[in-house]
Amino acid sequence: MKFVVKALSNGTARAGVLHLDSVAAAIDTPSLLLSTRKGLPLFTSPDLLSSFPSPDSRLLHVSPLHFLEGLSIKTISKIGGLHQLVGLHDCGFAAFPRDSIQCLPEATATNKTGASFETPCGRLLIKPAEYMEMMSSMKPELWATLADEVPAWVSDKRNKTSVDRTIKWLDECIALSPVSGAVFGAIVGGSSLEERRRCAQEVATRNVSGYWIGGFGLAESMDERPALLNAVTEALPEEKPRLICGLGLPEEILQGVAAGVDLFESTYIYHLTLEGFALTFPLDGTRINAPNVAGIDPRKINLRATVFRKDATPIVEGCLCYTCQNHTRAYINHLLNVHEMLAQILLEIHNTHHFLGFFGLIREAIKAGRFEEFRKDFVRSRYDGLVEDGSEPVLLAR
Amino acid sequence: MALRFEVLGRFNRARAAQLTLPHFECQTPLFMPVGTQGTIKGLTTNQLEDIGCQIILGNTYHLALRPTSELIDELGGLHKFMNWPRALLTDSGGFQMVSLLHLADITEKGVTFQSPVDGKPMLLTPEESIQIQNRIGADIIMALDDVVKTTITGPRIEEAMYRTLRWIDRCIAAHKRPHDQNLFGIVQGGLDPVLRDICVRGLVDRNLPGYAIGGLAGGEDKDSFWRVVAQCTAALPEDKPRYVMGVGYPLDIVVCSALGADMYDCVYPTRTARFGTALVPEGVLKLKHNAMAKDTRPIDPTCACMVCKNYTRAYIHSLVTKDAMGSQLLSYHNLYYMMQLSRNLHSSIVEGKFPEFVCNFLQKMFPKGDVPEWVCNAMEVAEIDISSCCAPFRKD
Repeated sequence: MKFVVKALSNGTARAGVLHLDSVAAAIDTPSLLLSTRKGLPLFTSPDLLSSFPSPDSRLLHVSPLHFLEGLSIKTISKIGGLHQLVGLHDCGFAAFPRDSIQCLPEATATNKTGASFETPCGRLLIKPAEYMEMMSSMKPELWATLADEVPAWVSDKRNKTSVDRTIKWLDECIALSPVSGAVFGAIVGGSSLEERRRCAQEVATRNVSGYWIGGFGLAESMDERPALLNAVTEALPEEKPRLICGLGLPEEILQGVAAGVDLFESTYIYHLTLEGFALTFPLDGTRINAPNVAGIDPRKINLRATVFRKDATPIVEGCLCYTCQNHTRAYINHLLNVHEMLAQILLEIHNTHHFLGFFGLIREAIKAGRFEEFRKDFVRSRYDGLVEDGSEPVLLAR
Repeated sequence: MALRFEVLGRFNRARAAQLTLPHFECQTPLFMPVGTQGTIKGLTTNQLEDIGCQIILGNTYHLALRPTSELIDELGGLHKFMNWPRALLTDSGGFQMVSLLHLADITEKGVTFQSPVDGKPMLLTPEESIQIQNRIGADIIMALDDVVKTTITGPRIEEAMYRTLRWIDRCIAAHKRPHDQNLFGIVQGGLDPVLRDICVRGLVDRNLPGYAIGGLAGGEDKDSFWRVVAQCTAALPEDKPRYVMGVGYPLDIVVCSALGADMYDCVYPTRTARFGTALVPEGVLKLKHNAMAKDTRPIDPTCACMVCKNYTRAYIHSLVTKDAMGSQLLSYHNLYYMMQLSRNLHSSIVEGKFPEFVCNFLQKMFPKGDVPEWVCNAMEVAEIDISSCCAPFRKD
């Protein structure tokens, strides 16, 4: 793996280039990691993955926890690792256990022997040794060391323990290598600026290829987050990539970019898709028009709404995704009404395509040296003319 | 008539043909996947094209409920609504009503039932069924028939058969688009050869573009099933397509094709996929079984589909019944299997290799030579020699 910073905007936001052996083209950052379940997208089938813009869509997040039900480490090794397992060869896998959709860290059950996660097959405790076995068999392009992530409201003592433990596990994981793939050192620290700084400084001294920033999206407020993010990134060397987990909404991604993060895992597409939403904000950089109706977020539409019953237009006119090139709002409205899986497939395709476009706008703004302006505009556009939008709070609270 | 049916090759009763419909030129024998609500569960139209689907079935009952045939019409018909460029077939809605609804009742007027939306009494007449199907716009539409389960006996079967004949005239009269939609009649009559014969003659008299053999695939024993198919295919005109409704299992399709049928539909391949079962030459493969967790072979090493080319049984096992992707991948494989079966039936008949194909098929499915007796009997009538696959006559 190779990473180079190419441009800076407003001091800390950076545009970079990531090279992975398994991906033919270089990946521009900031970039999104597509969420997967057992290595494949939740709804977009592998033969349709090639319809996404490339190579931005070639980074996939995989959680080893997904395989614990039904696929042994031995079998994964026998098959030859992730690429063989999921039949995707021209992509890069980033492996870390936390999956903000289904596998969330359970801080109360984590102990000195391992990290606990709440998963669809119950609570699982992962120890560094087993974790490294999973990494060996999966062979991802990059992987994070095991972390003890705690929510914002734990005691100072518990928070301090989480930092000590995370650093200890980092050393254990590295010692249990050799494993192929670039190591990203995990950084935690909850809502404490000192602990965040301390952890980052410690991890910065280790021989790792990049940094995995955890513990966010676990009940800290959006207001306190920028300072915490900066406390981490300020202590890290500029030339190594930073990956963050747990920032979902576009505004949260923008916070991460402002602080100097390069790679993002986000649940935004998943939640939009399940709730019947499709992103519609313009991707050509034009300002979003103020909405006519109070309470409606102008950046997305909910295709369950009856207003779309006879709407024979695509979700976004001119969008090049498979969904917009082939189907109408009316058809998706019908699929949602009759609870057909194709609805989620088509929505995930469009939303992924569109969200990847959002990252494209971010990169352009950074390269043009106007990232902060772009960020302010984007955040403001959400609230223009609105009294209150009822659809987002549930996402912000996660 | 809005179709052309040209037989390209034969082997005794079996035929391979080109069926030209307004939206697509098809090759028969063919299997039609069922896209109940305007979608094949979990697959996109481009995947269906990749797999080689030629005709898809839509269910009139479901579509009339949601999003309604009027809306589909307003938006340009079902082809445009779901963006399926190839052929479509809609059923009449009658069967779903009788099987899905409480208190559905059949009278001379039509099928009376309780609206599933508000419980109001409603009536589906032959006229209404055809009007709905005219609005939906499929290449082939089905007459409303009085369908009775083959497990029922007594005068009800005779009543249903005669009513079906009276209703076909009402369907023909109500059909507003004979130049771009083909109305198929459906042969009823239970398991009674006399009744079936009367029905066939009655429908053939009406000179319809195609004919279906209905009332089967509902729990009757296989021996009765094949005999009805054999009788009907022998009596139906040579130069028109024959559609056996609700069939089904690959073995049944091979037998019916040997007896001279051309078209089939069934929810089985897609439904069984959602339960974790894959169709393979040996029969079925249950991916849910624990033994699959370690099996690193593809589902079917002889299958060229993207699922078999890229995935192991172990991986699919980890997905099935738990993740949407599992359903998608298995449905994809199962439909590919059915399309490949259709292609093989067509090409083996055209190339004069049909008996070899049938023997090969039976050998793989019954390696011990234990071919069911009903298959042997049917193949005898079809004049296909399968002695090489049946123990104790197997030579190897």
